[in-house]
Amino acid sequence: MERYKRNGIFTEHEMNIIKNSNVCIVGCGGLGGYILEMLSRIGIGKITIIDGDVFEKSNLNRQILATTQTIGKIKVKEAGKRIFKVNPNVQITMIHDFLNEDNIDIIIKKFDVVIDALDSIKTRILLQKKCEEENIPLVHGAIAGWFGQVTTIMPGDRTLDRLYPKDLNKGIETEIGNPSFTPGLVASLEVSEVIKVILKKEELLRNKMLYIDLLDNEFQVIDI
Amino acid sequence: MKVEVRLFATFREGRGKKIYVEMDQPTPIKLLESIGILEEDVAILLINGRDGKFDQEINDGDYLSVFPPVGGG
Repeated sequence: MERYKRNGIFTEHEMNIIKNSNVCIVGCGGLGGYILEMLSRIGIGKITIIDGDVFEKSNLNRQILATTQTIGKIKVKEAGKRIFKVNPNVQITMIHDFLNEDNIDIIIKKFDVVIDALDSIKTRILLQKKCEEENIPLVHGAIAGWFGQVTTIMPGDRTLDRLYPKDLNKGIETEIGNPSFTPGLVASLEVSEVIKVILKKEELLRNKMLYIDLLDNEFQVIDI
Repeated sequence: MKVEVRLFATFREGRGKKIYVEMDQPTPIKLLESIGILEEDVAILLINGRDGKFDQEINDGDYLSVFPPVGGG
């Protein structure tokens, strides 16, 4: 297909695996918007995106789907409209709700990979637990100001337990915010991990965290 | 004993990337408090690059790495 001609890093067989993949993006903010865009352009077959929010003016500095036209509109609905224009081959399911203990059993099921694009640490821990129960790999990313982190969590790894202290819900982003450039970078790294999980490529960031400091230009892989 | 403390992200503000702390019978919690970092503000504590505990005994030549929580999306 002409559309995927420049996806030259993938064999035809790999491209078929990608087209038959079913992934879930939890969160449609700074990270989720870019992740959705990239996974759709690559050619992932089925994408579910979940977020209970509407766009606000404060999202405009960094969220790709936030425009002056989408303020006040439902995030996942705008995501669906965008993806229909970018790649109508993608079957997209939009869930306008925040992931929580009441709905997680219904939503997180039978995905090849789940992608963490959340901004709540407590929901991340809940998601890690559910992904373990359902035997689904989870790709984690988080951002704060100049800083970001990415890791890939296979069922049983429980990596997030070592990244966040108990009972914490927010990080330093509450003080320093998030600029335009960190979400796109961390989203890209999460997408490349997703593709490697789907294609069973080696060298995943498993039990390792890629820690990014753009202020001091440091990229470090830490054993975790 | 002189212990190297490697700082990351916002912990570097006003402190730099690395601090050497001179202390007898040091533990991570005492070392961090001496440079104004509280246990509750630390997300990841590594000792010699491995998962560490705040009350762990520190030996000569050990180094600490501390990261604040990054949680935005």
